[in-house]
Parts: sequence; structure tokens; C-alpha cells
Amino acid sequence: MDIHEYQAKEILRASGIPVPPGEIATTPDEAVAIAEAYGGTVVVKAQVHSGGRGKAGGVKLAATTSEVREHAENILGMTISGFTVGKVLVTPAEDIDTEAYVGVLIDRKAQAATFIVSAEGGIDIEEVAHSDPDVIHRLTVDPRYGLMRHQAYGLANSLYEDPALVKQAAKIIHQLYAAFTSSGASMIEINPLIVTVAGEVKAIDAKMSLDDSELFRHPALLEYRDLSAEPAAETKAREADLSYVKLDGNVGCCVNGAGLAMATMDLVKYYGGEPANFLDIGGSSNPEKVISALEIITSDSNVKVILINIFGGITRCDDVARGIVEATTRIDIEPPIVIRLTGTNDKEGLEILAEAGFSAFSSMDDVVERGVEMADAG
Amino acid sequence: MAILVGDDTRLVVQGITGRDGSFHTLQMMEYGTAVVAGVTPGKGGQTFEGPDGAGVPIFNSVDEAVAETGANTSVVYVPPAFAASAIEEAVDAAISLVVAITEGIPVQDMARAHAFARDHGARVLGPNCPGAISPGKAKVGIIPGNIVTPGPVGVISRSGTLTYEAVIHLTNAGVGQTTCVGIGGDALIGTNFVDVLEAFADDGDTEAIVMIGEIGGTDEQEAAQWVQENLDIPVVGFIAGQTAPPGRRMGHAGAIISGSSGTAEEKMKAFEESGIAVAKRPVDIVGLIQSALSA
Repeated sequence: MDIHEYQAKEILRASGIPVPPGEIATTPDEAVAIAEAYGGTVVVKAQVHSGGRGKAGGVKLAATTSEVREHAENILGMTISGFTVGKVLVTPAEDIDTEAYVGVLIDRKAQAATFIVSAEGGIDIEEVAHSDPDVIHRLTVDPRYGLMRHQAYGLANSLYEDPALVKQAAKIIHQLYAAFTSSGASMIEINPLIVTVAGEVKAIDAKMSLDDSELFRHPALLEYRDLSAEPAAETKAREADLSYVKLDGNVGCCVNGAGLAMATMDLVKYYGGEPANFLDIGGSSNPEKVISALEIITSDSNVKVILINIFGGITRCDDVARGIVEATTRIDIEPPIVIRLTGTNDKEGLEILAEAGFSAFSSMDDVVERGVEMADAG
Repeated sequence: MAILVGDDTRLVVQGITGRDGSFHTLQMMEYGTAVVAGVTPGKGGQTFEGPDGAGVPIFNSVDEAVAETGANTSVVYVPPAFAASAIEEAVDAAISLVVAITEGIPVQDMARAHAFARDHGARVLGPNCPGAISPGKAKVGIIPGNIVTPGPVGVISRSGTLTYEAVIHLTNAGVGQTTCVGIGGDALIGTNFVDVLEAFADDGDTEAIVMIGEIGGTDEQEAAQWVQENLDIPVVGFIAGQTAPPGRRMGHAGAIISGSSGTAEEKMKAFEESGIAVAKRPVDIVGLIQSALSA
């Protein structure tokens, strides 16, 4: 789960990291009121789950009240990478001397939390990792011992020469690791970590992702979920315990298993169609899940045909068939449905479908080819 | 022969009394797997009723199960909040292969469990995997027994049902398998493609390999390089997720294109450059494997 900059900053502040104050505004009036309370120059920052906010014009410096109003008016309602800006963070501007980068994430290869730091901040770290890998320092933390003092100092030494700054940075790196483990994060990025003209090290921007699998341990963090940042269908899918990602095509896909779901989308493309979504009904075979899945797919008005591809393993074909039949009686499904059903209890499943007037394919290629034809015709 | 699971497998089922654990224990026993023990804390002393009146003793801990039954392999059906701890318990009891089926284990829990397993020389398969099956010998996990048949092809995959899709095509075409291994869809998995490739290379009976990858991470690219440098037997590959958008998690926790890294395109390219024949569709795997076997 991605969270907003202002939310990440709340977590960092709570762990003791120096973060400048800031407040959220949803209207230009609120933004002006916050700026007036701070006095002086402020920064107005779009709060969306996307990088590249600055380049998109979503981050502006404002020296006067009228500038604050003007920027807030422009930024609120702006679209950045498909996300509409509903909130801006208003925060006092800092006198910046230098900018560095400090991030910690779960590294797949090292199988543990890994710090990535660079004395050059305000940059696209992925780009720098390719173009100039020498300016990046990495350190994998052994999860059994945690981050050791000398390791934090080692990272801090690669950022600064001045001992006073190294000391501040080492403390921040420690606090960052504590925030990472205590919140069940999968990624936290401070970019930039600045040194002010007065010689203070501070985090002035932060990006953070929480591990969905650990959220159950942190109910307070669930409050950070921004429902406006995802399509309503994805919210409904999550509540029904389904994995759903909306795409732009017209062939609605309902599949069991993530790999098979992706392969089904790819096969739709192979036969000249465009998938409308990724949808994995998961391993269980609860008929209710199939009903929710069909409701979610039909809520997308682009969908011209619904393609159901089930390979029964844990999922039992008769349960899926019951779900399909139940869904068609309970909700009004306009697009035609094509079905492929094979694997555990497929005979029983096919009988249930046949009684309700459905036929089913046994091959994935056949059902996808037919689905694409029908989408083209419809 | 076979890899990971086979005639020597003596299995303890962790979470044997749960809904998934009990269902799949029956399936594994029906397939002929030697299920020698079950573990559910607090239910020690009870007996799990297997097919045809066969009883499996239940213990409170893996330690006891190993001491009493000589179990050497465990399979974990424990709920996500306690699954990493269950893996650590199995490793601590000197189990050499822990097959973790559970989906949704917190990633930081797994970082510790993997480190613990590495230190103890234990292999973790998964988590979030369908397990492994050596046709005619043993099944550990949830891969349906009726879609496999013995033969010369090794199968490795990050996915569950997509593996079944590929395997049924092989079986229907009369191409059997030595072992089918699902390595799991999570970001942190204990056994990666290269680990399984190495095992197949040492197997002796595996004459060709099917490798099914997906978007996210660079495991497939490293496997491709390993194949090119080390492997004498042919490999056929398939990558799922060519139509997946970047930055979105596609069901599996590990199936996400981060920035420009982990795309299906770069993985297919890495396969092709390493001499791995890439199937465009799952059904095409059969033809490519048949020509590899007859070459």
C-alpha cells in the first residue's frame, strides 16, 4: 500500500527524524491560512501516489499569500500520472545547502532490508544506479541483528565529511530503520535529505510503501489508505479479497491464479484483443467470490465480453460453476460470457453450467480466441 | 530419479488440522506420499484420519514429530501471521526441506526466516508456492496429482495454476515429468530458479526443462545466464505478464514491474540470448519440448 508524503512524514516524525512541519489543505483558502500561520516562504506540494510531482508542476515555492493561492488553485484538481490531486501539503521552505538520498527497501536478491544512500540527492535513484553506480552506497541489514551502530555510521560517512553532520545522519539512519521495521514497510525513501544553511540535517520529502501482508498488525496505518487514489472497482475487489487491476481493453478476464491470469491477458493480446483487466479469484472456491468478480468486471462499461478461465486445483470447478449461475440470476450481466472450465470437479461443474444453458470450452486457446471474436463483433 | 521430493520423503504437515491442511493431507496421502506426522500446537496426542483408515499422529511441535517419526520434510499450511514462525520451527528441528504453501506472509517475517534457514543449511521452497510433485513418487503441496505423469521433463515455475496449464499439455501429449516445482510468487522466496536448475542438472533422469517465469525481479535473467554457462540439457521458457502495466502488483506479491525493471520483454530477451526456446503461448511449450527431446 502506497501512502502519501504527509503520512510518511508523520511516521518519520514519530520515530524522531527531523522533518519540517506541514499541514494539509484541500482548498486554496485553507492553503493560504496555513501559509499565513507559518509566515515566510512556503512550498505547496501535491499529495498523489506518484513520483515526478515536481516535473508535472505539482510542487511550487510561494513567497507571498497571492502566490500560495495561485499555486494551490492550479495544483488542486491537477492530474499527475492519472491521479487527481485532492490535497496539497503546505510546508515552510528550507534554506538548503546540500541534498542527499537515503532509502531503505526489501531487496529481493539479498532477501533483507537494504539501505541505498547517495551524497547526491533530489535525483532519480534508479537512473543514477545505472548511469553512475559509484555514487551509490548499499548496505544489507541482517534481520536477526538489526542495523548496527557502525553500519549506520558507515552509511553516514559516505554522505558527509563534517563529523557534526555524520553524527546527525547516523542517528536519522537508525531512526529510519526503526520506522521501517515498526511500521512493516517495504520501502521508505527520503529524497532529499538536506543540510540546511544552519547545518541541520532534515528530511524534506518522503515516499513510503507498506507491506500489504503486514497491515493486519498495524490497524492504525490502515487509516492512511486513500480510496480516492484507486478506482472504485479496485476498492470493491480488495474488500472481496480479489486481486483486480483495471486496464483499457474490452475483454473482461476472470481467472484463478495470478500467473494464469497474466497468461490469459497475454493470450487475449496474442489473438488480437485487449484485456479489460487483471482479475485473480484466488485459490479458494467460494461461489460468492465469483459473484463479486463478475459484478466488478461488469461495472467496467468498456467490457464487451466476459472471459472466465478456470483451471481447478484447490479451486473446485463445481463451486465456480455455481457462482456463475448464481451471479447471472442475481445480477444483470449484459456482456456475453465465455467459459473455460477444467481440473478438479470439472464434470460436476460442466453439468451445473449445462443445466443453466451455458457451454464451456476445455482449452484456454479456444476460449480466448472465441472471446476476442465476440468482443470484436460486439 | 526426481528432485526435492521422492521415495525418501517422510513428511510432517504443519497445520494438519486446519481447513487447507486437512484437505491437502488427504490428497497427498491418496497420491502415496509418506505423511508420517502432523503438527498443531495444543492437539498433540490426537490422530489425523487419513484415507482407508490410515492414521497420522499429531504432535504439539515439529521437534517432537521429528524425534518420534523421523520426518525429513515439512509442508506449511499455517495462517500468514504465524507461518514464518512455523518455518523457523521446522528448520530448528533439523528438517532439511520446508515447503511453505501459505500466501500473504509479512515480508519482514520472511527475511528473518530465510536468514535462519540459510544458517542451518535448510531449504525453504516458497512461500506462496504450490509445492513440488515427483510423478508416481511423492506430492508435497497442492499440485493436482491427476495432471502429472512420470517422464523425462523437469518443470519449474513461479506460479500455481499456470504450471498446471503447462503440465497438462505435456501430459496430454505423452510427455512425462521427473519433478514439477513451484518456487512461489512472493518477493522473497527460499529457492530460486537457479537452485532448482542445479538440482535438475544433477538429477540424471531429467532430459529437458520447462521454466515458467513472470514479471518482477531478475530471477529469470540470472537463471538464463546460469543455463548458458552451466547446463547441457535443453530448456524451454515461458514468461507471463507481457500485457501487465508497470508499477502495479499483479496478484503475486512479487509480480510487479518496478520502474523499467522486471518486464516480460527483458526476461524473454534474456532467455533467447541464452539459447532458451521461448514459447509464445502455454500450449506451444509442448512442441518446443518435443523437438528439444528428439534433437
